[in-house]
Amino acid sequence: MNNQPVIACQDIHKKFGQTEVLKGVSFDVFNSEVIVIIGPSGTGKSTLLRCLNLLTIPDQGKVWLEGEEITAPKVDINVVRQKMGMVFQDFNLFSHLTAIDNINVGLEKVCHFKKNEANEKALMHLNQVGLVDKKDLYPGQLSGGQQQRVAIARALAMDPVVMLFDEPTSALDPELIGEVLIVMKNLAKSGMTMIMVSHELGFAREVSNRIIFMENGVIGEQGSPEKLFTNPQNARTAQFLHKINELYGSTEEEQIAGKDVL
Amino acid sequence: MLFPELLEAITSKVPWNIILNTFQVLLKGMVVTVEVAVGALFLGIVLGLVLGLGRVYGGSLVSKVIAIFVLILRALPPVLTIFILFYAVTSIINLPPLLAGILSLGLSSGAFQAEIFRGAILGVPDGQMISARALGMTKGEAIRTIIIPQAFRLAIPSWSNEAALVIKNSSLVYVLGIPDMMRQAQYAAARTAEPFLIFSLTALAYYLLILLANKGLSALDQKFRIPTLELEL
Repeated sequence: MNNQPVIACQDIHKKFGQTEVLKGVSFDVFNSEVIVIIGPSGTGKSTLLRCLNLLTIPDQGKVWLEGEEITAPKVDINVVRQKMGMVFQDFNLFSHLTAIDNINVGLEKVCHFKKNEANEKALMHLNQVGLVDKKDLYPGQLSGGQQQRVAIARALAMDPVVMLFDEPTSALDPELIGEVLIVMKNLAKSGMTMIMVSHELGFAREVSNRIIFMENGVIGEQGSPEKLFTNPQNARTAQFLHKINELYGSTEEEQIAGKDVL
Repeated sequence: MLFPELLEAITSKVPWNIILNTFQVLLKGMVVTVEVAVGALFLGIVLGLVLGLGRVYGGSLVSKVIAIFVLILRALPPVLTIFILFYAVTSIINLPPLLAGILSLGLSSGAFQAEIFRGAILGVPDGQMISARALGMTKGEAIRTIIIPQAFRLAIPSWSNEAALVIKNSSLVYVLGIPDMMRQAQYAAARTAEPFLIFSLTALAYYLLILLANKGLSALDQKFRIPTLELEL
């Protein structure tokens, strides 16, 4: 295996006004790794994710993508972002475009595909998330789960080297979470490098290679799911996992009904 | 047979020739009114869009300068803008009255439309810009392909209101001696000594003009409405 991380960050700091959200975060993510970032709200998980593709500019620290430092001056961030797919909590599909045009618009405007080439690729990715039959519907005509699957297809169409997921299932009804997680599991199986902020501990346990527990703007603890779930070193990690399990634990197993499909 | 006689008595009193004549004259004026209104609205839309975009995305200095400019223009009565522009500008270059009228009403409307577009742009959820940037679009591309198409849809209802105002304000160019519908009405009223009749007909003509504009814009609104799950509310 190639020893160069796909994405790496070092000593990321970010302040919003007086509040220091990130207080020096460093980690490396290697090819085909699936990382789940967990932690109490307000500990900078989403900010950290946004610092990775510079939607939020860190005050201090460096980020590398495939060995290239993207926080360096003169880096064209728009080119870099094409290689990093991002999926958001509230989907953020372009509301005036149909499902297929949501995918086409990036291919045409950013990758300069011709219309028919873009269409072909968009259909392929819609097929990947099982929504070819919905291609001409607008986001407002799709369910939350369907919208999120289109959003995943839109990000995948850019052929990213890493996918960032910012709480992709938090805005979904429990019964719609499963369909999105199935898509993500398939993606992980196909070898995509993924970083995901989530409370889906079932997914984390089953699919991820490493869990990062964030607390107060720093990494409190990280390690394999087995290690974190069975033998957390940090008392806060144990406490948090216990609380989350109490809240979501039982239904979690039902949501991961996708296991049979895989 | 009371009714035919009554009808006859009434219709014989109606000054048909004056009405017919007035319609002809008003129609001539209406062409000018439409010219002025369409010209001013077009100028206003270009100016309003540029100012509105500058206000939202132009950074604090540009935004502040535009805010002051817009506030001043909005504070001026349109007829005063016409006077200032006409007498100030014509002292430097020779500006035909029609152009001066269109220019000043366009400027005035541009200031109002800047606010309409600013509101509409701000009405597009932040997530749209964020996800466009995350795909690798430049800010300009995101504004052009994602923000503006959505902002235009949001702007249509308020814009329809502004269109009605501009059509009505176009009557103010009569102060420059432009033969628009208002001017023609005044002439006709003086000529015929039937001011009530003439101005009533003129009111009807303005009403029809604005009705047409609003119907057209509603149709546009319907055509570009983004489909959602059908809900009967």
